[in-house]
Formats: sequence, structure tokens, C-alpha cells
Amino acid sequence: MTYALEFQDLTLGYNRHPAVHRLRATIANGSLTAIVGPNGAGKSTVLKGVTGTLRPLEGRIAFGGLARNEIAYLPQQSYVDRSFPIAVADLVAAGLWRETGGFAGLRSIHRQRVAEAISEVGLEGLEKRPIRSLSGGEMQRALFARLLLQDARLVLLDEPFTAVDARTMADLIGVIRRWHGEGRTVLAVMHDFDTVRAHFPRTLMLARKLVAHGPTAQVLTAENQFRARQMCEASAQPPRYRERSAA
Amino acid sequence: MWEILVQPFADFGFMRRALVGCAAISIGATPVGVFLMLRRMSLTGDAMAHAILPGAAVGYLFAGLSLGAMTAGGLIAGMTVALLAGFVTRVTALREDASLAAFYLISLALGLLILSIRGSNVDLMHVLFGTVLALDDAALILLCSIASVSIFALAALLRPLVLECVDPQFLRSVSGLSAMTHFTFLVLVVLNLVGGFHALGTLMAVGIMILPAAAARFWALGVSALIAVAVLVAMLSSLSGLLLSYHFSLPSGPAIILVAGFAYVLSLVFGPVGGLSGRAFPRRYLEA
Repeated sequence: MTYALEFQDLTLGYNRHPAVHRLRATIANGSLTAIVGPNGAGKSTVLKGVTGTLRPLEGRIAFGGLARNEIAYLPQQSYVDRSFPIAVADLVAAGLWRETGGFAGLRSIHRQRVAEAISEVGLEGLEKRPIRSLSGGEMQRALFARLLLQDARLVLLDEPFTAVDARTMADLIGVIRRWHGEGRTVLAVMHDFDTVRAHFPRTLMLARKLVAHGPTAQVLTAENQFRARQMCEASAQPPRYRERSAA
Repeated sequence: MWEILVQPFADFGFMRRALVGCAAISIGATPVGVFLMLRRMSLTGDAMAHAILPGAAVGYLFAGLSLGAMTAGGLIAGMTVALLAGFVTRVTALREDASLAAFYLISLALGLLILSIRGSNVDLMHVLFGTVLALDDAALILLCSIASVSIFALAALLRPLVLECVDPQFLRSVSGLSAMTHFTFLVLVVLNLVGGFHALGTLMAVGIMILPAAAARFWALGVSALIAVAVLVAMLSSLSGLLLSYHFSLPSGPAIILVAGFAYVLSLVFGPVGGLSGRAFPRRYLEA
């Protein structure tokens, strides 16, 4: 089996406090995997490890032939400064970074693709609106449009459906399933087990350590959930300092 | 009218020089100020302005009121404090605002101490409040060069800088430019502050950076519009400040900054984008 990602005894953490300990798992190429676990289980931390924002304290992540710019990452919405005066279309256009880089201008073909991505997530007509005027659901649609333009082989989503209404969630799940159909690998941190059961074939359960990884039905058992909670409480550590996200 | 508005500049070379110098600062420093505001770093700008003082003072200690020595000293001190503050935030539990406050208090005290060791009170006033009415050719060339460098650098950096503000996590996931962007931006802040301090002094230089930007926030929505409005406000403040100081023999640096402050208060009250009057008299909503 070819793999997209392989976590090899991966330990990640902040200020030398491990948040994820000795994780071993293989994410198959083209798989659609949910990462679940209690709060503070290290779910988002794993994604930051994959994007390279966080260096492993120990172990490593092997990429099955993926270049860094073939990975798209959707951070939790709270990291986006919604008050910044930028139009929806400009935020979405940032998804073309791989082609335009930091400095080159947008050509008409690019603008056309931006418009297509925006209409694909159902935001036509809002292109020129500042992002501060969007609702939570509309904002998430805009961020998905940016992901569409990134055209990545590996897509990482961090709690993509918080602060999103049911209609938006259904539409965005449609986008995720299309990615899956196109053979892209998708790894999403998820909260809602019903959504995971309905739409994610594979699940990785974390509680600082690996609890279980495999077909969703075999992972999301009552027994595993109980174990995960116990493991998280057992390894409860002194509160960690805020993440060094602002440079 | 002509006599009040134009005559001073027609008659006196020092007024023309002051106007050119202020225009250069408005063009260079104000857009940087807009980004400081958008990144919620307005106070960082203030702290770095103070941090420049000891560097300039050391330059003064060795070479007197020399443009080159004080510029070099200011640049070195400003960059050192910017980097040290960033470093302290990264490795200790102190937040950036507190560490910046600590650094700027230390450097302000250090700067005043060094200046008073050798200088007279006149020199002290010169460094603290600037000498916009006594800009020589070299100073003007310096101010204009800094403005040019700053405008071109901002234009080149625009996309990464905007993304670094809106969604830093995303920028870090697509490119390695994040750290470089942040650092270059800090360099631009320091450069413009050092330029500004020759004209307006270390205490006032940050005013022309922040006040027009804060005023623009009440008039414009997009980044380019913000920059345009801010530069316009800065230019008009410089012009009216210089005229006020000429006609009423006021110190020119504070006059310019006060006019900019006045523009800010006006915008705060009457600005259409979130100003106070909009609250008091809400207009009918627009139908999309």
C-alpha cells in the first residue's frame, strides 16, 4: 500500500511538553480520515506537525512523495483575523499562492478560477464583500474556496464544521467527498461522531497517544472512547503556556 | 489667503525644506503605520520609537549632531530592541506588550542619561523633538531615500504582509516567507522611525505614523484606500502644522502631530465607517 503520510514514533509539543507522544500510524494515499479525541488530545498539534509549523521533538513524519506545497491546510477559524479589511475574492485568491508565489500578479485566467471556486462553494455575488461582513458559515465557505484553488494532494482540515450551520456543512461535506473521489488524501480533525460515522471511512483516535486507527466502525467504539478519556485525564499536565502562534 | 497659505513657503527656504521633508515622511512612514495598525502593533511602533533614542544618543556622544552617526546608532538600537523583544517573547512567559514596554522604558532612560552626559538642553530638545525647520540637504536626501525604499518594499511585500495579518497560519503553511516578511516589516518600521526622528524627534516621529492611519480607519475600508487616506491626512497635517507653527511661532513638530491628532478626533466623530456620529444617527440600511 502506498502511503501519503507515515508518523514514525512522532512526538510533538510546546515548550518541551509533549502534546502528542510516540504516535505511529500510516495514512494511506487517497484515504479520507477523521482525527478524533478529547479536548487537548493533540489533534490540531498533529496537523501542525504535518504542515511543518511545529518541529517534532522526537521521531519523524515521512511523506510518501508529497512536496510541501502539495499540502493544503485549513486552520481553525479563530486564527483568521476577520476584522482585516480584505475582500472575499482576495482572500480566496491566496489559494493560488503555489502558482503566483508571493509577488507575481494575477492574470485573467487566475481571476476566472477564483470566480469558479467562489461559485462552487455557493458564494457568488459576495466576491467584493469584506470578510468581516460574512457569517461563520460563509467565512468557512470562502476558506474552502481557497482550499479548492490550492489543488493539493493532501488536505488538512482543523475542525472545519464548528460555527457552521447544517446547510453549509452538507455543502462542504460534498466538497470533501469530491476531493476523496478525485483521489486526494483528506485528514480532518472532527468533533461530531455522527458526521464521522456518516462520511469518513477511516478514523484515528488520539488521546496524546494513539488510541486506535482503522475503519471508523471499529475505532469509534464506546470502549475506545472511554479509554481515550482516561488516558487524557491520566496524563493531564500543568497548563501549557499559550502557543507561539504570533511571530 | 495667498499670504497666509503660500507666502511663508515662497519666502523662506527652510519652510520649503520642511515641507519636502514632511511630505517624504508622510509618503514613507504613513503606509507602514497603516500596517502597524492593521497588525495591532501600534504600541510596538511607539516602543520602537523610544528604543531608537539611546542609539542616536550614542551616535551623538561620539560625533555630535552628525546625521550619519545618529542614523546608524538609531538603526542599530531600534533593530536590537525589536529582535530582543521578539526573542524574549519567544523564550520566556512574558507577553510581547510587556517585554516591549520594559525595553522601551530602559532605552528611554538610557538615552536621556547618555545625552545629558555630554549635551546641552538644546541638544536634548533637538533629539527629542526634532528640527523640521533646520533640515539640510543630506537630511532631505535621507528622508526621501527612506520613503522610496519603504514604498517599494511595501509594494513588493504586499501579498505576504496582508496574509501574515489575516491568516498567519495559512501563510506559514504555503510558504517560508512568513519570518522574512515579519522581519522586513520591522526593518521598515525602524527605518521610517529613524528618518522621522531627524525631522520630528524620537517622541513625535511615531505620531505621523500612527495618527493618520488611525484616522483613515474611519473613512476607508480596503487596504489601498486606507493607505491613500492616511497619506493624504499626513500631508495635510504637515502643511497645516507648519503654517500654524509659522504664524503663531509654535514648535513645529508638536504642531504637526497635534493637527494630525485633531484630524483623528474629527474622523472619530464624523467618519462614516464606525464613527460616533454614525452611531448617534444611524442611516437607513442598504438593501443588497
